[in-house]
Amino acid sequence: MFVKQVSIFLENKPGRIYDVIKLLGTNNIDIKALSIADTDQFGIARLILNKPNTAFNILKENNFIVKINDVIAITVSNKPGGLIDALSLLYNNNIGIEYMYAFVGDSDINASVILKVDNMEDAFKLFEKNGIKLLSSSLVHEKD
Amino acid sequence: MAIFNEKYEKMERSELEKLQSERLVSQVKRMYENVPLFKKRMDEANLQPKDIKGIIDISKLPFSNKSDLRDEYPYGLFAVPMKDVVRLHASSGTTGKQIVVGYTEGDLKMWSECVERALNAAGVNKDDFVQVSYGYGLFTGGLGLHDGATKLGATVIPTSTGNTQRQIQTMIDFKSTCFCSTPSYLMQISEIINRDYDKNKLSLKYAILGGEPWTNEMRDIIEKSLNIKAYDIYGLSEVMGPGVSYECEYQDGMHINEDMFIPEIINPDTGEVLEDGSLGELVFTTITKEAFPLIRYRTHDLCRLNKEKCKCGRTFIRMEKPQGRSDDMLIIRGVNVFPSQIEEVLLKERVGITPNYQIIVDRINNNDTFTIKVEMGDDLFSDDIRTIEKATKSLESSIRSTLGIKPNVVLVSPGSIERSEGKAKRVIDNRKLI
Ligand SMILES: [Zn+2]
Repeated sequence: MFVKQVSIFLENKPGRIYDVIKLLGTNNIDIKALSIADTDQFGIARLILNKPNTAFNILKENNFIVKINDVIAITVSNKPGGLIDALSLLYNNNIGIEYMYAFVGDSDINASVILKVDNMEDAFKLFEKNGIKLLSSSLVHEKD
Repeated sequence: MAIFNEKYEKMERSELEKLQSERLVSQVKRMYENVPLFKKRMDEANLQPKDIKGIIDISKLPFSNKSDLRDEYPYGLFAVPMKDVVRLHASSGTTGKQIVVGYTEGDLKMWSECVERALNAAGVNKDDFVQVSYGYGLFTGGLGLHDGATKLGATVIPTSTGNTQRQIQTMIDFKSTCFCSTPSYLMQISEIINRDYDKNKLSLKYAILGGEPWTNEMRDIIEKSLNIKAYDIYGLSEVMGPGVSYECEYQDGMHINEDMFIPEIINPDTGEVLEDGSLGELVFTTITKEAFPLIRYRTHDLCRLNKEKCKCGRTFIRMEKPQGRSDDMLIIRGVNVFPSQIEEVLLKERVGITPNYQIIVDRINNNDTFTIKVEMGDDLFSDDIRTIEKATKSLESSIRSTLGIKPNVVLVSPGSIERSEGKAKRVIDNRKLI
């Protein structure tokens, strides 16, 4: 079903994202996707990782503020307008997008997109029913 | 509940005042002979030791101040030869140069007695395991509690500060029943225990907390989150160390060890003694200390004294929790601001369970800027920017409605606000007044 996303609080200070990436690297956590949202006061790093639970524990131990939540990962064809079908489904069903970001897939033909919407369950069913390719969590995460 | 030393703790007021008078008279005489600065101040005020006949005359005496300790550093204010001094403690305070205080063997005994009374008032006795998590060393917290708990006959676990995981493991494995630390440190520990440990494995019954100002809201959180009773202990190294005053089981103000310390409440601006029950600056005169006696020492702590008789039977006067410091009070855009007011809002808004914060004031283009750094907590964090921004805005408006001026709240990483001896540095005032 849903894919697990790890979110981390970033103080508005140089080097904070470097600390996160270095910590995950030394613990052999693979970063599949990364997006940073920031304001002039603080930032949030959102990551898709091969082992979200392991990463959560390591980050906690190192005094980071961390949270795990569900997001939807869809695969779209890597050509103009590839995303349109998915987005128009959401729009026509009044589902708002909180945020989205791209995910580097394994092939040249397809790209993946991470989506957080205001009604996750409905969006998921809608995509399933309308043939939008969903990336299953077993493809993204390893056992951890 | 037990009263450690009924003779003094329950002494009739008239008898107690007689004792205070005798001790004050002899202390003034001794200091006049041995402390040059005191003699000079007395002479300047046209006073002789014989003019002080009892506590009735105390308000004639000159005040002493932290700056005296800095000016006479290191040993200028000591009233005995150094060969009689068996212990030194020092404190850097939150601003600048360190100060040093000394104790004779007799002083250490009296100090232990203060701490024994405090521990006993909370219910601690020989059967208890007392984990002392105040800093050991020059700071009076660690060794003060250590000596008192040892003399009481409890089993002392001297963990000192730091290494939180190990503190908790020790607390569980050694079956600590009493934990002594700063309130903010126990809040931090309780947060981790509730997150990562099985609370049922704790044997903890009480905590003796002091060393920094705290609020009743903090007490509630600590007591509920750990199922314990949390007692306040007050003291400052200049006057003695922890144990100058302590709470009894009624937790309604701290009983001052009046056979050793005489408290007064004054107007911090004029120095005049205020009538009973008024809010003002707390001043102490020590009347048993040999090595480092002080007359009318200004603590800069703002509080009230309560003369009403306590249900516990002790006759010692009670002091309320200090509400702030007369020198910590900030005037921002003309408004009086006490850090404790901000702390209360942070606790009510549940910014994590440990509201670690720092107030930063600056003056830019003749306008005061007012920033509050708050350490991010689990409760406040979300993967959605807007949720956090909303919480920040609501925090800003709560503070504005409490203080009357709006701060700029900045969220920072947990643990990033600098601390010393377990105390967070609460105020940074960068304003330069020209
Ligand atoms: Zn009482």
